[in-house]
Amino acid sequence: MSTVDFLAPRTWEEALAAKAERRDALPIAGGTDVMVELNFDRRRPAALLDLTRIGELAEWGSDGSVLRIGAGVSYRRLIEELGGRLPGLAMAARTVGSAQIRNRGTVGGNLGSASPAGDAHPPLLAAAATVQVASVRGTRRVPVAEFFTGPKRSVLAPDELIEAILVPPAAGPQQFAKVGTRNAMVIAVCSFAISLDRERQAVGTGIGSAAPTPVRALAAEQLLAAARWDRPLPEPTVEKFGELVAAAASPIDDVRATAAYRRRALAVLARRTLRWAWEELR
Amino acid sequence: MRITVTVNGQQRQADHVWAGESLLYLLRERLGLPGAKNACEQGECGSCTVYLDGEPVCACLVAAGQVQGRSVTTVEGLAAQRVQQAFLEAGAVQCGFCTPGLIIAVHDLLARTPRPGDAEVREALAGNLCRCTGYEKILDAVRLAASR
Ligand SMILES: Cc1cc2nc3c(=O)[nH]c(=O)nc-3n(C[C@H](O)[C@H](O)[C@H](O)COP(=O)(O)OP(=O)(O)OC[C@H]3O[C@@H](n4cnc5c(N)ncnc54)[C@H](O)[C@@H]3O)c2cc1C
Ligand code: FES
Ligand code: FES
Repeated sequence: MSTVDFLAPRTWEEALAAKAERRDALPIAGGTDVMVELNFDRRRPAALLDLTRIGELAEWGSDGSVLRIGAGVSYRRLIEELGGRLPGLAMAARTVGSAQIRNRGTVGGNLGSASPAGDAHPPLLAAAATVQVASVRGTRRVPVAEFFTGPKRSVLAPDELIEAILVPPAAGPQQFAKVGTRNAMVIAVCSFAISLDRERQAVGTGIGSAAPTPVRALAAEQLLAAARWDRPLPEPTVEKFGELVAAAASPIDDVRATAAYRRRALAVLARRTLRWAWEELR
Repeated sequence: MRITVTVNGQQRQADHVWAGESLLYLLRERLGLPGAKNACEQGECGSCTVYLDGEPVCACLVAAGQVQGRSVTTVEGLAAQRVQQAFLEAGAVQCGFCTPGLIIAVHDLLARTPRPGDAEVREALAGNLCRCTGYEKILDAVRLAASR
């Protein structure tokens, strides 16, 4: 068995220095993606970079206008501690795996894996979140809409680590829905998140598992932003919203579903979550 | 690498640990604790569930190096027998392979929610698969344990 160096930095500075020196080191947080790959010999990294001893990575805080969620905050804590302020993200977090997975898994790891099916991604897109990444070279902030570059690929450079996710607290109703074969323990066949900003009459959306990367449905957002927000939505607008969301996706046939099913299901999810969110507006 | 970890209240040490191996492997193959079971090694079945610093986790998804200096409790180390007894009485143990993981999951559920409703029980146990019982007896066992 080849050896694996185990790097366990105690501080963020040490972690960045370690990653700069060992670009071949694979970061590990909750391990819920990494360990599956190691257990099945799909990956043999020369080194593991354990991020679980860095206290600040598991913290979150608020500077008033934006919540800063450390990359190492678990889904469980997100649900328990931030569910009120980020209902969309918390709803998505509740659907991740099982209690055991939510106890360990992190949003930073979800972004790191950059799976098109990652459940945190649609609500982060809908909420216009920003990913803060860092290296010894400095810190940069990437809008989540620009973070993903393809299936399991992101803008993260080999010497960079994800430090935090910056999300504005909900300014109105947020919803998330996911299609799968069970209510728990499923990778999304497709998923959809919506976020309404009551004051600004602005709309955010996020589509999961129906394109090479998580994507927004811009035309659908514009349709809603132009609607009258002080009354029930006309049924044709709801229908049109569903169509525009489905049109924004570019799904493929795979083991979980066909492209045609995904489009159809997305329109249903979009209409459903829109109705729920609109109901909450009033 | 050398790993020092508190398991079931005792400080334990293992040498020549491969840093990429799982906590499950460490427990079963190096520390002689076969309670946590290995069925899938991918987080799907929950038969390897143990407490890590007080939270139930899949031991197969924790890297051995990550537990250095931390505290692990396996089914062998649970002091209270309330949940185990209820499982036996309710007929929730058939082959028993899923049982250790379920005992930890139920132990944690009842510690946080002493009187869980059925929906809460189902959500809490969604990550623990059983090939034998059909789950009804397991739900009975949780209700029985909660009532005591
Ligand atoms: C049984 C099971 C069920 C699952 N169900 C779901 C589900 O329903 N929905 C879903 O979205 N996912 C699911 N997953 C996948 C996984 O749990 C999530 O992707 C989770 O968010 C990963 O987080 P982690 O902390 O465990 O990541 P890890 O496995 O530790 O890391 C994942 C990736 O991110 C990188 N990484 C981690 N942290 C950082 C960082 N700070 N900076 C840079 N790179 C980093 C790692 O190098 C690795 O490439 C499931 C997994 C399992 C095993
Ligand atoms: S062996 Fe760990 S979850 Fe199945
Ligand atoms: S009793 Fe056999 S798997 Fe549950």
